Formats: sequence, structure tokens, C-alpha cells
Amino acid sequence: MFFRDFLTLASSSFLSYRMRSFLTGLGIAIGIAAVILLTSIGEGLHQFVLSEFSQFGTNIVSIQPGKTQTHGGNAGVFGSTRQLSLDDAESLRHLPYVENVNPSVMGNAELRANGKTRRTTVFGEGRDFARAFTMKVQSGSFWTDEDNEQARAFVVLGSKVRQELFAGQNPLGSYLRVGGQRYRVVGVMESKGQVLGLDLDDSVFIPAARAMELLNRSGLIEVQVSYRASVDVNEVIRLVTERLKERHGREDFTIISQEQALEVLGSVLDVITFAVGALGGISLLVGAVGILTIMTMAVTERTAEIGLLRALGAREQQVLLLFLGEAIMLSALGGVLGLLIGIGVAQGLHWLFPAMPVHTPWFFAVLAECSAVLIGLLAGVMPARRAALMNPVEALRAE
Amino acid sequence: MIEFSDVSRNFTVGDQQVQALRNINLTLGAGEYVSIMGPSGSGKSTLLNLIGLLDRPSSGVYKLDGMDVTTLDDEQQARVRREKVGFVFQSFHLVPRLTAAMNIELPLILAGVAAEERKTRVKQLLQNYGLADRADHRPDQLSGGQRQRVAIARATIMQPSVLLADEPTGNLDRTTGWEVLKLLEGLQDQGITLVVVTHDAEIGARAKRQIHTLDGRILSDAQRA
Ligand SMILES: Nc1ncnc2c1ncn2[C@@H]1O[C@H](COP(=O)(O)OP(=O)(O)OP(=O)(O)O)[C@@H](O)[C@H]1O
Ligand SMILES: [Mg+2]
Repeated sequence: MFFRDFLTLASSSFLSYRMRSFLTGLGIAIGIAAVILLTSIGEGLHQFVLSEFSQFGTNIVSIQPGKTQTHGGNAGVFGSTRQLSLDDAESLRHLPYVENVNPSVMGNAELRANGKTRRTTVFGEGRDFARAFTMKVQSGSFWTDEDNEQARAFVVLGSKVRQELFAGQNPLGSYLRVGGQRYRVVGVMESKGQVLGLDLDDSVFIPAARAMELLNRSGLIEVQVSYRASVDVNEVIRLVTERLKERHGREDFTIISQEQALEVLGSVLDVITFAVGALGGISLLVGAVGILTIMTMAVTERTAEIGLLRALGAREQQVLLLFLGEAIMLSALGGVLGLLIGIGVAQGLHWLFPAMPVHTPWFFAVLAECSAVLIGLLAGVMPARRAALMNPVEALRAE
Repeated sequence: MIEFSDVSRNFTVGDQQVQALRNINLTLGAGEYVSIMGPSGSGKSTLLNLIGLLDRPSSGVYKLDGMDVTTLDDEQQARVRREKVGFVFQSFHLVPRLTAAMNIELPLILAGVAAEERKTRVKQLLQNYGLADRADHRPDQLSGGQRQRVAIARATIMQPSVLLADEPTGNLDRTTGWEVLKLLEGLQDQGITLVVVTHDAEIGARAKRQIHTLDGRILSDAQRA
């Protein structure tokens, strides 16, 4: 039998049951699509989320008031938790390895300038803010001194605020009302865009001490400490803990390192990867069972035909190959469909999130298709063997 | 030349032995026209299946054209079947999803005959059997007589020396049945050995040699004058 005729014969049956074959192949297709999608965006997704998180630099630890227990969730405030003060932040400045310390509060306030008003996020920060977070100031600069008792009324504008309130003019030196108080504009930030849901461009930055007063807060939300890159983060955490315990008399604060945050993130991504992979695996298994079922049915339905083929002089092996070929073709076509779906969805995601790199390695596509063929082979063996070993006389009587 | 010596065929059903054929001795010469008649269950189909190497005797020796074929393995038997035997069945046994032409072509495909040769041979047979305008029809678009003609074309396309027909007219009305029988007889005229199993005495009487079976034995074996 020629290969072309073999293909024609083996495909003739599933082509005559299009719907049934399509649904059978779909099981395989979904599995392959999941696997391909995963390999196409897996690395890209990782890089995308990591860069989103680490764009402020990785050698930063954050200190927050209150003790969070290791197993997540704030354990609640028991006893008296002291808030983090500007003096706490100041005390960290002279620790070894520490490069920048930034006290931080955040809130909303109304801005007024040039007769226009705008409600935006107000960040109360320290003078090292831009340096600590490797953010760029487009013009001007952050205030240089930091007298906590009498912080000066300086403001640095986000690029969008500048555009909205000072369109077409140089805002440096101008005055701006923040929550009713007069501030002098000393700098404008470079555009940064959305970062994890916060629009940093639609914000203003003022000294933390003033922000606390403005927002009526008695403590800081967070203190960020950046340290020399060559130093082990645990050493920094140890020093900071020691110093703050000294000041507070107890450990009523939580230190989070970027590394820890990235680790958590990494494990979340691993869970997602595992879940999609498992989905793909289960789908492939279901697909294999589907092919086994459909081929077992096909052999039963076509018992008389099998007898006929034998009467016409077909060898056992030819019957075996015909049914095996049918199973493999079903599965292989399902695999091709899966490749198309997987690559299509991956490209679609890339189109939606251009920052996310998408790449389907050739090798994986070929590997996925090979596994589809292998699944067809494995699922087809049993029914095909049953067909081949049928007694031709009894098979012919089946009609 | 078909030679059965002391051939028996037993089936085991549960713990019971069914003797479908008992010690058959039979010789059919090349080109003979033989009908086999007998009551239901007397072993006619079993005999035909043994002749066509679809089944193996439980005991005894079967020689086809002088060669002992009982000792052949599956693959060799398939080859003999392919090259020397054609089957025609009561229920046609056409592959429903293939066209008439494809059904006729099937044995050639299995035998690995090249596509161009297959095409000419199928076309020729379609012509011979008045099926030229039905080549691309599927079996369910054909009448019973047309289906049986397709089946006969398929059985003869490998130019076998023996044509075995198990009640070939059983599913056809009288007129169509006669037409089909004429077709088979025409093939016998050209030299093929024709064995027809039938319940119809009138049809059976047309054969030169008439064999009657009963209970797994040959009851009578008569030549018409
Ligand atoms: N595969 C089998 N298993 C068990 N018994 C069988 C088998 N095939 C045939 N037989 C028995 O062998 C005997 C002969 O069967 P066979 O089919 O040859 O009869 P037949 O003469 O062709 O009958 P009919 O005219 O009804 O077709 C019957 O008793 C049948 O029950
Ligand atoms: Mg019978």
C-alpha cells in the first residue's frame, strides 16, 4: 500500500464524522494550546512582572509600622504599636551601608495654580526620594536640606500636574497651593506612567514633615532604606532592626526587602505556570482518553468493514496501521489546531500588553506536535490491535 | 484446483463442540461452476470461508493449485486471498463512506498497485458492469443491484481464479437477482471457478455441478448432464 493511499484511507473515516472528530481533536488541541501558550509567555510574563517591580532598584528595604506575622496578614495591633516617626527615619541615616533613607506618607489634596484646581495624590517624601528610587527629575531638583522642625514649603510636580496647571510655562519658581498652603515649585519629574496602578505623573511630592501636617497624620506610612549593592540584605535588615528596637523598645515594625517581595512574586508566577501546565497535562490526558474512546467505538462500528478488508487480502498489519494512522492523524490535527490557538493567544496577549515579550521557540512547537502524535499512537494502539486481531469470519458476520 | 481431504471444522461454544463440517473430501476443478445448497446451519458458509482461506480447518488438508495452504501463516494466507480469491456477499459489504470507484479500487490499493494502473482498471470494470455514471456515488446512493455489481467488480478486479459468492442474490428482488447471477456466470464463461451458495433451488439448478450439504456433511454431489 502506498503512503498516499494509506493517508486517504485512514483519513476517510474521520472526515466522514467531522463533528465527532473535531470534538475529539479539541481535547488534544486545548492541551497543546495551553502548553504552547505557557512556553511562549512564561519567560515573558516573568520578565514583565519582575521589571515592573524592580524598576525602582532592587537594593531597597521598606519598614512599615506594625508587626506582620510570617504567615501573612497583619496580626493586629496588640499592646501599643508605636508609629514610625521622622526621627526614626533620621536615625537610620547613619547606619553602615545605608545610602539613602526616605520617609514616606501619602494622601490626597487639592492643588491650585493659575486659577485652575486639581485633586491629586500627594506624596510626602524625603530629599533622597528620587535617588532612592532611581527616578529622574526632568528639571529643577528635590529640596536639599531637611529640617524636620521647619520643613520648607517646596513641591516637585509630576509631569501631568505640570502640564495641567502650568501648560506652556516654566513652573520652576512659581507658587502652587497644596491643600490651601503655598508651596514653591522646585522641580518637575520625568514622566513615569502608571506603576502598579498608581499614576506617579498625576502626583506632587512635598517634604514628608509638611505632608504629615497637611494630611493630619501622626506617623509615616513607610520608610525606605536603600543600601550599597554589594552588601547582603540580611545584614542591612539586622542593623535596621537593631536600631529601631533600640528606639521603640520592641519589634513593632515590619521590614520587607525587595528580594523577599520578588521571591513571593516568583512563587506566585510558579503557581500560575504550574496551574496552566497541569491544565494542559490534564487536557492532554482527557484528549488521549477521548481518542481511545472514539477509536474503540470506530473499531466496533466498523467490525464488518474490518472483516471485509481481510477478505480482500489485507494483512493484520495493514489493518493495524490503518486504525493507528487514524488515531495519530486525529491527534496530530488536534495538535496543529492547538499550536494555532496557543500561538494566536500568545500573540494576542503581546498585542494587548506590548511590554510583555512573547516568543514561541520552534523547538517547543515541534516538541508539542510530536507529543500529540505520540499521544495518538499510545491511545490508538489498543483499539488498532483489537481490530487487527479480529477473526475475519466473525467480523464479517457483524453486520 | 481446490482439494479438500478429510477436512473438519469444529467450533467450541461454551463447553460444547459444534461440528460445522465433518470429514469433507471435495475436489473442484479450475473453471467449474458449482452451487452449494442445503438447510440453514448445514455448513455452507463455513465451507466457503475455508475455500477462501478466511478460516482454517480444525483438521485435514486443503490444497489450492497443488499447494498445501493450511500451513501458511496469516500473511501468506492474506496474499493468497488477495491474488486468487474473490468474495461476494449477500449483504454486499461495501464501505459506506467510499465511492463506488474507491470500493472497487480497494483490493488494488491494499496490494500496492500504482495509481495510474488502478485508474484504468477501475474505469474498465465500471464500464463492463454498466456503472460508469455511478463511479462517484456512495453506496447509499446506489440500488441493491448496483451495489452488488460494485461488489462483484471489487471481487474480480484482482483477476482471481476463484469467485466465492455466499447467497449473492439473497438481498435482491428476483429480476435483479437473475441479472447478478448472469454476470457471475459470464465471469465463469471467461474461466473463473465459480462457487455459489444459495437457498434458491432454481438458481442452484443452473450450476453444472450441484452440491447438497446436511449437518456438516456432503449429502450429494451431482453433475448436470
Ligand atoms: N464462529 C462460530 N462459532 C460457533 N459456531 C459456529 C460459528 N460459525 C458457524 N457456526 C456453526 O456452524 C454451523 C454451520 O454454520 P454455517 O454458517 O456454515 O451455516 P450455513 O449453512 O451457512 O447456514 P445459513 O444458510 O443459515 O447461512 C452452524 O451450526 C453454526 O451455528
Ligand atoms: Mg451461511
